[in-house]
Amino acid sequence: MKNAIGREIPETISGIAAIKPFAGAFTAVPEMARQAPKVKIIKPTDRKLVDSLVEVFKKIPVTDGMTLSFHHHFRNGDGVVNMVLATAAQLGLKNLTVALSSVFPVHAPIIDHVKNGVVTGLDTNYMSGPVAQAVSKGLFDKPVILRTHGGRGRAIECGQLKIDVAFIAAPAADEYGNLNGVEGPAACGSLGYAFPDAQYADYVVAVTDYLGEYPLSPISIPQTRVDYVVKVECVGDPKGIVSGTTRITKDPVGLKIAETAAKVIQATGLIKNGFAFQTGAGGASLATAAFVRKMMEKDSVVGSFALGGITGYMVDMLESGLFKKLMDVQGFDLEAIRSLSTNPNHLEIGADFYASPFNAGCAVNQLDVVILGATEMDTDFNVNVVTGSDGVIMGGSGGHADAAAGAKVTIIVANLLRGRLPIIVNKVLTATTPGETIDVLVTERGVAVNPLRGDLKEKFLAAGLPVKDIQELKQLAEKIAGAPKAIKTGENIVAVVEYRDGTIIDVVRQVEG
Amino acid sequence: MASIAKTAQAGTLESSDVMITVAPGTQGSGIIIELESIVLAQYGEDIKIILEKTVKDQGITDIYIKAVDRGALDCTICARTLAALSRAGAVLKEEII
Repeated sequence: MKNAIGREIPETISGIAAIKPFAGAFTAVPEMARQAPKVKIIKPTDRKLVDSLVEVFKKIPVTDGMTLSFHHHFRNGDGVVNMVLATAAQLGLKNLTVALSSVFPVHAPIIDHVKNGVVTGLDTNYMSGPVAQAVSKGLFDKPVILRTHGGRGRAIECGQLKIDVAFIAAPAADEYGNLNGVEGPAACGSLGYAFPDAQYADYVVAVTDYLGEYPLSPISIPQTRVDYVVKVECVGDPKGIVSGTTRITKDPVGLKIAETAAKVIQATGLIKNGFAFQTGAGGASLATAAFVRKMMEKDSVVGSFALGGITGYMVDMLESGLFKKLMDVQGFDLEAIRSLSTNPNHLEIGADFYASPFNAGCAVNQLDVVILGATEMDTDFNVNVVTGSDGVIMGGSGGHADAAAGAKVTIIVANLLRGRLPIIVNKVLTATTPGETIDVLVTERGVAVNPLRGDLKEKFLAAGLPVKDIQELKQLAEKIAGAPKAIKTGENIVAVVEYRDGTIIDVVRQVEG
Repeated sequence: MASIAKTAQAGTLESSDVMITVAPGTQGSGIIIELESIVLAQYGEDIKIILEKTVKDQGITDIYIKAVDRGALDCTICARTLAALSRAGAVLKEEII
């Protein structure tokens, strides 16, 4: 069957419960109650501190077929996932599902656990490195589920992603299970992506290498939701967890795109007091923030909040009075951690608060503008951020589809040509974010506006911006680089791409090799 | 002249460039192309066509060409190939400016 954006979705996919095709960004209506975790009693003399992961596995007990969840704030410095899965393998467990919010190169040992039958399912929002490559070549018997950050929160809240045991990589903990991310050698800042896991899992285990005195403060995840605390030697490598500083690109093409994107935002008229903004940490995205900042300073605009993954650059804007608040679901650098632990206007929010579509209102709904990237975009404005030019998985939505759906204006910044490859294609290989939620594409050679947003097009033309039809931009790129041949994929479905509301927006098929 | 005098190279492995190595072919070997490219699936055939056309236009019929492509445009591929041929002792039909 074809879904609302014309992607062919099989009626049934082995290993995936009832398939609901994507029907439109705000079409699906929830008809369920929230998931309720197991109710427990902890008596006054009970202790939560446990000596080893093996002991925790036996106490719970962790059994074959369970779903173990993890969060990704330690990024490529994470040591907890590998430690926990090695314990599972050591104890001879089989058929586990790993629900890890993002998979990084450091998680390569997952591949062997799959080959040995320890792990048979993967549920994630983003993956890169050896695991992603192996998944693309058919590592798993059943498809991997790719969600959005908000969609993962939703799936946990609504019982579609039922977590037996959540392992929280905790930079700091006390013996009674209060946790935060701002202290200890592996400080990572916000623990937001772990909030739904901690709230809805049947068992919650904190894994830490830094025990503070009771009661730990600040408290990000409270003792009321944590069953066990395990002290280990080292939870991760700080070098892979945070970067020292986040630099703004010096690439002239990137800067040109960023400057144009800032002018696009200005032309929307949204840069005024109360402005709410989200941007990524990479390439042209952060550079756009620098240009927007100049405009805000020039007109003495005080924004309401900046949202999402927080960098030192955003912290500097907060401290300079350009935004009143930061809402932080993930910190990227040391400045973000310092600010979160010292500034009451820097708020730590959970994945559900950030972006879940099925609650009484998430933060992305309050955004004026979001700046996002793309690996491919089609002439219907659908965006791919999952598969690369060779068809291999190299990313995932993360918060892409969530922020795009929520913001008043969603802007994609991208080079018209990356190397030789045009960004605009007839049909993206993998649709991640539906075109109806994308408003503008900004490239170094012009700006394309979604035909659904005639209001914006008029404003951009009035502002003298280089507005072009998306077909015209596509032809321009192909005149320079030639038209690319579509890449070939096999039939086997290696991943399903779930939209934030739980419907299936696309599938990823196996690549050769 | 149906081939070239010696082995020569032009280009780099930078993004959007191509490294071309040419070596003399034996009489009657034809144009042998070995291509590596980051855009092989999308542009592999196009790249082979431009390589073949560029050497044929110089009247060369027997040659071995190795191209390691990092997403170069046709004009770059053509220019790097001509430079390699020139360094290999081919007398080009048009001067490279």
